[in-house]
Amino acid sequence: MRGGRAGDRLLHLYTWLIILWLSSPIAVMILFGFNDKRSKSNTTWQGFTLRWYAELFDISDLTTALANSLKIAVASTVITVVIGTMLGLALGRHRFRGSGVTNFLVFAAISTPELVMGASLLSLFVSGNVPRDSVTIIVAHVLFSLSFVVVTVRARVVTLDPSLEEAARDLGAGAWATFRLVTLPSIMPAVLAGGMLSFALSIDDYVVTSFVNGSTVTFPLWIVGAVKTGIPAQVNVMGTLLFGAGVLIAVGNAVAARRRS
Amino acid sequence: MTGLSAIELADVVKEYHSHGEVVQAVKGVTLGIGEGEFFSLLGPSGCGKTTTMRMIAGFEAPTKGVVKLYGQDVTDVPPNKRDVNMVFQSYALFPHMSVWDNVAFGLKQRKVAQAEIRRRVGEMLEIIGLTGREKRMPRALSGGQQQRVALARALVNQPRALLLDEPLGALDLKLRQAMQIELKRIQREVGITFVYVTHDQSEALTMSDRIAVMNDGVVEQLAGPREIYERPATAFVAGFIGTSNLLAGAATGGEMKVGGGRVLVPGHDGDVTVTVRPEKITIGTDEPAQGLSAVKGTVSEVVYLGTYNSYAVSLADGAEITVFQQNAHDATATAERGDSVWLSWQAQHSYVIGS
Repeated sequence: MRGGRAGDRLLHLYTWLIILWLSSPIAVMILFGFNDKRSKSNTTWQGFTLRWYAELFDISDLTTALANSLKIAVASTVITVVIGTMLGLALGRHRFRGSGVTNFLVFAAISTPELVMGASLLSLFVSGNVPRDSVTIIVAHVLFSLSFVVVTVRARVVTLDPSLEEAARDLGAGAWATFRLVTLPSIMPAVLAGGMLSFALSIDDYVVTSFVNGSTVTFPLWIVGAVKTGIPAQVNVMGTLLFGAGVLIAVGNAVAARRRS
Repeated sequence: MTGLSAIELADVVKEYHSHGEVVQAVKGVTLGIGEGEFFSLLGPSGCGKTTTMRMIAGFEAPTKGVVKLYGQDVTDVPPNKRDVNMVFQSYALFPHMSVWDNVAFGLKQRKVAQAEIRRRVGEMLEIIGLTGREKRMPRALSGGQQQRVALARALVNQPRALLLDEPLGALDLKLRQAMQIELKRIQREVGITFVYVTHDQSEALTMSDRIAVMNDGVVEQLAGPREIYERPATAFVAGFIGTSNLLAGAATGGEMKVGGGRVLVPGHDGDVTVTVRPEKITIGTDEPAQGLSAVKGTVSEVVYLGTYNSYAVSLADGAEITVFQQNAHDATATAERGDSVWLSWQAQHSYVIGS
């Protein structure tokens, strides 16, 4: 039994090390948002301040970049969730001509290196004479997040009891009422999870965006551009707020899930 | 069966395409189900009983044939426009809706007035004994309660027929027996035609007014429970319903020679197949009187089953006969393994199978 207890302690230690390792970058980001730095670089602790929160929107280029990123993330998430849910439903429910190919493409889109995707999208847009702006960024973001929504929704759909929808039909509901009242609520957790995933993928994407952005600057692009001259502490603050919003959503989701069961 | 046919199937065929082959799940079923009748479709899995029911509900379109409800051809009518409701094997309760919302679903879809919905759902919950649990979610209910909600959700719409697809399959034996009686009571109270799909022969015998025994896509026999049990039309029915002994041979002058004995088959000549139920047979050591069917054999197995003993008796020609003897007086068996015995039964209990 002593060996078992020692093993337990080792497991505890290991677990805490992992947690520390995972959360330290986040902790550093949050901490240096309060750093009263004087120089351009933000790498050594120089005292506590709330200045960067007060001056959050003082760098207008950065503010524009963040606003662009939020708009693009919201738009691409909405589009992705709608198309992805339809695809996931079709692929999870039916076997049809082309379903095998579609399943393969969904997988291929996940496994394609972003660099390849970005370069090929750029050449597509250039050869098609499409001007690069936030629209092309949205198209690109939909493209790489779509598969994740499809996969989560499809996984949920295949576990769904098909007689649920039949029961709705049997009780007099038409096709649309059945979808709205029975199918959609049943797959909602997967739809929401897919939506959050695609939002997260969109808001921090650098590689693909850098190919198709034209003159539009997003939050990650602006930060990478600022690396050479030193990242302002406002970036830490914005990162902290985005992270905080994510945590709130996750906690809210967990609470809702507990209330449901 | 009272007058008008609630449901009519005319030469209904259902074919599936699977791996380039055509599979016939239902091979020409014709039957009429009377208004207010408790009608069972009984058969082993894969016999086409569920497919037949799903064609009545509208979930499957027949490849050939006509489905009629109250004389009206509904073959091409979608399920949401058919005046029948179904209780699913899995119950298919909407997991995100409360008991109340589940039961009210059909009435809401039919745009019934709010006050009327409240009255009818309330009444229904009372009938199934779930008043006070309206706000519960399905997963917070026991299996038996879920079953009753599924029943209420269908019945509250006052359908012209209720279709039940093995609704008691997921319940344990005690609850299942209680629900059988409960179902029969509810059916009598609401007076709605019930079509009941089951593979459980005792369930079908207990509840049904009439039973269609299905096998391999066709109806083997359509009759009342007593008729089905006492006079099985085919060897399949005889074997599927309860335990049955089959004896085959050539009859001359109304008597068939079998295993060192005789089976009386009055009025039959030539090759015949006879069934006799195990509980109709008397086992004994003395040679039976004339006027009884009697065969001689050796006891190869005795099984004590509480309310009765089951004997397996091998005849001289190798055939094996099962005999049930009620455990009325004491638990001692009449014969032991290896004993030589006579089996006898009255002529009326030999039933000659049609084909």
